Amino acid sequence: MAYEKRFDGRGFEEIRPMSAKAGVIKRATGSGWFKIGNTEAYAAVYGPREMFPRFKQSAEAGVLRCHYTMMPFSSAGDRVRPGTSRRGKEISAVMERALRPAIDISDFNNSVVDVFVELPQTDAGTRCAAICAASIALADAGIPMKDLVCAISAGKVEDKLLLDLEYNEDSHENGVDIPMAMLHNSKELTLLQMDGEISSEELGKAMELIKGAMDQIYDVMKSALKAKFEVKQE
Amino acid sequence: MYEDLKNEMLKLLSKNLRLDGRAPTDYREVTVEKGISKNAEGSARVKIGDTEVISGVKMEVIKPYSDSPEDGSMMINVELTSLSSPEFELGPPSIYAVELARITDRGIRESKSIDTKKLCIKKGEAAWMIVVDVCTLNDAGNMFDAVALAALAAMQDAVFPAYDAETGALDYKNKTTEKLPISKSPVTVTVFKYGDHLLLDPTSDEGKVYDARLTITVLENDNICSLQKGGDSAITVEETLKMIELAKQRTKELRSKL
Repeated sequence: MAYEKRFDGRGFEEIRPMSAKAGVIKRATGSGWFKIGNTEAYAAVYGPREMFPRFKQSAEAGVLRCHYTMMPFSSAGDRVRPGTSRRGKEISAVMERALRPAIDISDFNNSVVDVFVELPQTDAGTRCAAICAASIALADAGIPMKDLVCAISAGKVEDKLLLDLEYNEDSHENGVDIPMAMLHNSKELTLLQMDGEISSEELGKAMELIKGAMDQIYDVMKSALKAKFEVKQE
Repeated sequence: MYEDLKNEMLKLLSKNLRLDGRAPTDYREVTVEKGISKNAEGSARVKIGDTEVISGVKMEVIKPYSDSPEDGSMMINVELTSLSSPEFELGPPSIYAVELARITDRGIRESKSIDTKKLCIKKGEAAWMIVVDVCTLNDAGNMFDAVALAALAAMQDAVFPAYDAETGALDYKNKTTEKLPISKSPVTVTVFKYGDHLLLDPTSDEGKVYDARLTITVLENDNICSLQKGGDSAITVEETLKMIELAKQRTKELRSKL
């Protein structure tokens, strides 16, 4: 079968509309909001602060800790039960690995940088939106960073390679979903997951697609940060 | 623990002032925005000053409880997210979260705004279960009032998803135009006592040092449908009646935002 036209009418390499903000949660050290299509993520950074429980402290360097949560009413299906889930724990862990290479917390020994992500509305691509929001929040918090991490999914539906899957594509029975995150400048991958079946040639092309989309995502994130820190000329 | 803060507050209150310049019963600006999450059957965002919470309604079809085969049911849950304050820790709900949820639940339940008989689809077999979740985004104090207002706003916004009584299939993607029947407007205001002073809408700092609080849910006919006293100090009958008068006035203004 051929996938002629995307469910929502987009071009195959077209990303859903994105918007972002920095500094949306005043209690936090730094915060970010990132929306792509109908998927929306809030991220808040607290710290660097003393790590509890103490046995998890590292004398050598600071620790980055992520917590990913979908709000109970966020999903198009049944209510998401509050509390920890296996899925949430895994996503939190891959988020830590996706963000860790971009930040330098080597001087913050015995401390933790906590990143909390909450999603009020979801339509596939939640971990990527979470990483973008978290990246903005880390920058907003003033955590030393060498780059912003931008994330988006590529995939395949039937015979077509495409960017930024929405829910109907993600849950398509012949669909392949490849969420990826990259350091914007070096284009190195910090998140790479996949489910579905794909040839290595196609995977190569999917990675190129993502590389090509990095600037678009980066610009949205950068503008959000600039908007917050811009000094208004009198 | 916060003795200096409390002394400073009391000093200011004796001059009818507060730390942020408000008078004791001044409320911060309130905004209510409905329909903020597409996937929920109903949703809302409530801001009181810098305090921000969002709420959503999900509707499920369940088998009615055996002791009430002709009734649907309702549940209100509050998530004090770690995202919204450094003081909200991960893990099982704290007593604060549980009390918040229960006070909010009681305010709406005891108003009899929701006729649970109307939520029955088929006696003993199928009935609607309405679940309201309120999640905090930024804690700048006065969560009791914010959470209750957000729960009511989301319920007012809620419509039923398509349900096929023959197959029992629930289609969340297709929403009907049928609104959740909610017949009254129970609005909650909490009055706080510091020394001899009564105060509304505390910031998070002010919320740490009160002597007593009374959470009051008021209906549009000025009757009261739930109460909860908190705090370590006692309150007199006269104070209680004063608190209720304050709540009556303030709930009118909050209700006008819905």
